Amino acid sequence: MKVIIRNPKRREIEVEGKRQVRDLLRELNLNPESVLVIRNGALLTRDEMAEAGDTIEILSAISGG
Amino acid sequence: MRCIKCGEKAIMELPRHNSAFCKPDYLEYFETQVARVIRRHRMFDRNDRILVGVSGGKDSLSLWHVLARMGYKAAGLHIHLGIGEYSSLSYEKALCFSRQRGLELFTVDLAKEHGMNVTELSRTLRRAPCSGCGLSKRYILNREAYERGFDTVATGHNLDDETAVLLGNILHWQIRHLARQSPVLPSTGGRLVKRVKPLFMLTERETAAYALLHGIDYIVEECPNALKAKSLLYKDALARIEAESPGAKQRFLTHFLQDAQPRLQVGADDHVLRDCVACGQPTTAELCAFCRMWRQASERAEKRKRYRETASAREMKTAGEQS
Repeated sequence: MKVIIRNPKRREIEVEGKRQVRDLLRELNLNPESVLVIRNGALLTRDEMAEAGDTIEILSAISGG
Repeated sequence: MRCIKCGEKAIMELPRHNSAFCKPDYLEYFETQVARVIRRHRMFDRNDRILVGVSGGKDSLSLWHVLARMGYKAAGLHIHLGIGEYSSLSYEKALCFSRQRGLELFTVDLAKEHGMNVTELSRTLRRAPCSGCGLSKRYILNREAYERGFDTVATGHNLDDETAVLLGNILHWQIRHLARQSPVLPSTGGRLVKRVKPLFMLTERETAAYALLHGIDYIVEECPNALKAKSLLYKDALARIEAESPGAKQRFLTHFLQDAQPRLQVGADDHVLRDCVACGQPTTAELCAFCRMWRQASERAEKRKRYRETASAREMKTAGEQS
């Protein structure tokens, strides 16, 4: 799957296979309390499965201002 | 995961409330939380004119959006800070939001008003940009609200902002700041306008989700000056604690406000407010912190200009003598 991380700088990575969202975040060392996970414009909960062909966007919710 | 209210598929889980919601129920949860905080803390009522500090980020735009949806008379104020592309994009987001919804937006350009933007101010004073920026925003919001006849200033500070400030103040034992940290700072008369934080019980993640679900186009990029800000470090530390112990941030703040702060307030803030001799805004000193900062900045800028002119004249004289 393609994973686009905006934290806040944009970077793209490829992840092999399918994963639960919580596992994907753990592998990427991202705190689920600090991000939103989006697929096709819809928010995903941590128990959802991100499939191999998906494009997943991970958006940082934390700002420093 | 299922919505705890209707049993439909959930789109947002909130471990701190041991809950999950579908889209309509999440939006209702968010707005109910805001309404409850406004009511419980007597922030304002339907007759009040509210000035929202609008940066163009998710928190301020979500706040403006929710207040407008609830029928409050809320206008926005955007302060153009002059932080390169980031400030231009922030202004575009705020302007676009206000035009799409027919809401009134006022703008103040710091460089046009004072001859220096936040970056130049920081360089001139040789101090962290965030301190001058924060002071300028607080001052200008209050001044504009007072001069335009608003009853209340509302800002988009959320639970993460408030807990990060609390942690920072505790780490440095800033007793006076701790005594004043509050979701409501009342007007103590004169030119000081009441200040409120209606989102202070909602996390940044919850506000970001609200903005996303309402299609609010906010600036995702981080302020370049904030990348090394201590607030990000504190937020990261608190997010780690929250992940292991859901509800920790909320407990940290609410118990501080309920149990610890009343003890700190006794005799902590015994300063009497008076009018700044230069601008008339409320201050505890003869000259307010904003006027002191800008006076110092213009004096330093003038001194540097004179130094450069003298150096240039000396160089020209030397070059003339050599030829």
